[in-house]
Amino acid sequence: MTPEIDALIKFGINVLIIIIKIAVVLGVGLLHVAYATYFERKVIGHMQVRLGPMRVGPHGLLQPFADGLKLFFKEDILPDKADKPVFYLAPVIFMAAAMVNLSVIPFASNFVIANLNVGLLFVLAMAGIGVYGIFISGWASNSKYAFIGGLRSSAQVISYEIAMGLSLVGVMIMAGSLNLTDIVRAQQESIYGMYAIPQIVAFIVFTIAAVAETNRTPFDLPEAESELVAGYFTEYSGFRFALFFLGEYIAMFIMASMATVCFLGGWTLPWYITEVIPFINYVPGIVWFLMKVYAFIFFYYWIRATVPRYRYDQLMKIGWKILIPIALANILVTGLVKILI
Amino acid sequence: MPGTYLPSEYLPVLIFIMIATAFGLGALLIGMIFRLKRPYYEKLMPYESGITPTGETRTRFAIRFYIIAMLFVVFDVEAIFIYPWAVVFDKIGIYAFIEMVIFIVILFIGYIYAWKKEAFQWD
Repeated sequence: MTPEIDALIKFGINVLIIIIKIAVVLGVGLLHVAYATYFERKVIGHMQVRLGPMRVGPHGLLQPFADGLKLFFKEDILPDKADKPVFYLAPVIFMAAAMVNLSVIPFASNFVIANLNVGLLFVLAMAGIGVYGIFISGWASNSKYAFIGGLRSSAQVISYEIAMGLSLVGVMIMAGSLNLTDIVRAQQESIYGMYAIPQIVAFIVFTIAAVAETNRTPFDLPEAESELVAGYFTEYSGFRFALFFLGEYIAMFIMASMATVCFLGGWTLPWYITEVIPFINYVPGIVWFLMKVYAFIFFYYWIRATVPRYRYDQLMKIGWKILIPIALANILVTGLVKILI
Repeated sequence: MPGTYLPSEYLPVLIFIMIATAFGLGALLIGMIFRLKRPYYEKLMPYESGITPTGETRTRFAIRFYIIAMLFVVFDVEAIFIYPWAVVFDKIGIYAFIEMVIFIVILFIGYIYAWKKEAFQWD
């Protein structure tokens, strides 16, 4: 066999392994979305002293599949006045931009699809691409509600992206890397065990920005039902709507993963827990990772059930006048502390 | 060898983008066979609370959105400048810190200017 063919086969096998990994992550991601909606409805139901979905399957466990199938078979309405090609494309862009982030998230110590040296930057960049999906859908729908929703949403997302990006600088200074795996390793080796302790200010800023980035309550103004019907996806129906839905829940998962990786120690546990309870080391890292992620997602639902919606001027005020100065100050303080120690 | 660097770690990302896009488009295309299609004039009108839409959709809108977009560009570019600094912070030390303090102070003056010009004011 010539070396060229040999190399080609090697390349083919590599690609195959990558595709299998992606299929696993994508499958788990879709299952996550299905049960994240169920989880949300149950959590909010119980917080409001209701039962939540109970009819489809035991305790409503099959509800997500019923919803998914319903959306799949629904009529796909294409408004007369819409810009058709762009209208078609927008949900796919939105969903794909959210989903691609799954490739850089380190789920466990050796399980990451693409170990990029700029992983953190990649996630922020993809959040920027997601804005295109939002704005394009608002523009192409040619409906007033969708248009205003798209404008509001893109302004909100880009405003909070700054606060989020700046809050992560503290983590970068402490870890000295943009690679998400390295950030987790650096946390494990540090005396804090997780950066949520020294970077508590950044963590709070990040959490608020993460909620606003994903257009969730109390910052869900783009979808304020009482004034904008459904915001930028008012005109979308059937499976196109499902793609927006998918993108939103994947984005929530990504934000929760980012919080876990950058602030909560990823798949590792701080040394002061593993020293005290040594046998806890036998639990695989992915378990801790998912527990932290779901705790963060539970927090999303919790504030949705608790906090009323902000007004748009309040939203902009929080983003620009409070979070950005705090994040900038946090950078300087972190740098100063790092110099002094 | 210089010039022969292949960013091979980006290959999975590329494949992921293709698979994610194919998933979205594929589900829409396959769904086309199954879903019913009964369009009529009223159904295809833009939704406006059940009444006939009036006027143009793409009219003038608040100038605030433009200002926010411009400020975003300024601050995001500045954030991009801070990232590499943060990563190599350990290696450069006090010199880098003083430089960054100057950078952030200059930025902060611009920030205060925008604040005083009421660029963040929505009412």
